Amino acid sequence: MVTTAEPVTKLVEAFNKLPGIGPKSAQRLTYYLLSRPGEEAKALAEAILALKEKTRLCSVCFYITDCDPCRICQDRERDHSKICVVERPSDIPPLERTGKYNGVYHVLHGPISPAQGIGPGELKAKEFLSRLQDGSVTEVILATNPNLEGETTAMYLRRMILPLGIRITRLARGLPFGADLEYADDMTLSQALEDRQEF
Amino acid sequence: MGAPRSYQTQAIIIKQTKLGEVDKILTIYTPEFGKLKAVAKGVCRPGSKLGGNVELLTHSLLMLARGRNLDIVTQSQTIDGFLVLKSDLWRMACGLYVLELIDSFTLENSGNHPLFDLLLDTLQRLCQGDDSETVLRYFELHLLDYLGYRPQLHRCVGCNSPIKPVVNFFSSSQGGILCSHCGQKEPDSRPLSVGALKILRLWQSFDYATARRVKVRSELRSELEQVMPGYIKYLLQREVKSIAWLRELRKESIVDNNCGRN
Repeated sequence: MVTTAEPVTKLVEAFNKLPGIGPKSAQRLTYYLLSRPGEEAKALAEAILALKEKTRLCSVCFYITDCDPCRICQDRERDHSKICVVERPSDIPPLERTGKYNGVYHVLHGPISPAQGIGPGELKAKEFLSRLQDGSVTEVILATNPNLEGETTAMYLRRMILPLGIRITRLARGLPFGADLEYADDMTLSQALEDRQEF
Repeated sequence: MGAPRSYQTQAIIIKQTKLGEVDKILTIYTPEFGKLKAVAKGVCRPGSKLGGNVELLTHSLLMLARGRNLDIVTQSQTIDGFLVLKSDLWRMACGLYVLELIDSFTLENSGNHPLFDLLLDTLQRLCQGDDSETVLRYFELHLLDYLGYRPQLHRCVGCNSPIKPVVNFFSSSQGGILCSHCGQKEPDSRPLSVGALKILRLWQSFDYATARRVKVRSELRSELEQVMPGYIKYLLQREVKSIAWLRELRKESIVDNNCGRN
């Protein structure tokens, strides 16, 4: 016998499909929304709809945007001769929060992952290389993740950019703030030693 | 008395899968237990104590606590990070191919000391700058050997006659060489030159120190590149995913100088 109202079951099922949300959390979220005023639920529903309807990828940098080109690419105050290459759209907000970078970005939408059969053809790598052809770019910052897939991607892009004579930099690797030297791995520690700075 | 709650083992990290926000499921290859899966908690956090010690292509000493479903990595220390390998695009691709083969061919909880040693030696050989194609082919042949798929290279797998020094055939479905007569009747077999067969026999029967001394001509290289991966594809009934990346790098001529290519 079905005892729960159908809209409730439907929403529980929908929440349950989201990453990290199990059946109990889905139920809790549903009953929470049920207890809130109608406007709040409506605002959430509209925000979800707008997410799919009003966003697209920037035709220049492939960041998620509601206007094309995106606000970063349109900004004339930014230094368009520097391009920072990131794996995913979610990598841009933390870089922006630092307030230290005034160039533009390029989102690859993933790293090269040989084990999953993902090569440069599946990423926005060709589009990135074509951005470099007009000669206006003077520096490329490779900000892919410091893991094996990120390194593979960075090394591949470096090979491709090298003949163009553009300065290529990579985000520094070393010990994170709050870390313990004793527990640092060899790769990080050797990199931290090599790239040590005057103090 | 039950099994101890925690245990220590050497391991080579062969695969990582994300689990939630900051955890990862590691697939590791160990000498005593073979392939295992274990959870590395909080490993995606920048300050994680496990961090680079459990990165792919790393030989580490791990302390694991027995969990209900999967064991949990509690401590880790790098034995060899294969840093040389990780700083070269081609060699890293070779390393990833080796890891994928191990992951694809082995079962969990079946220890195989010689296979662990072969894996470790192969990664070290790639680091040392040995001819990468020889290292890979030697690894493939001996991996198949340890797992019971050793290809028959001395007698015809069709009629059992001795192989003559002419162009013969390699049949993946029959697991070895077909003589020139039988090979023509088998549509899926591929021709194999005398030179390529000699090299395969030598790599299969001799130790690595002897195998590495053989200089392989470039036309034989391309032939051998086709034969072994073709056999592996037949055994797995699918393409090894990372081979596409190796082919892409070969196409772009991103191969190292030591492997005899331009």
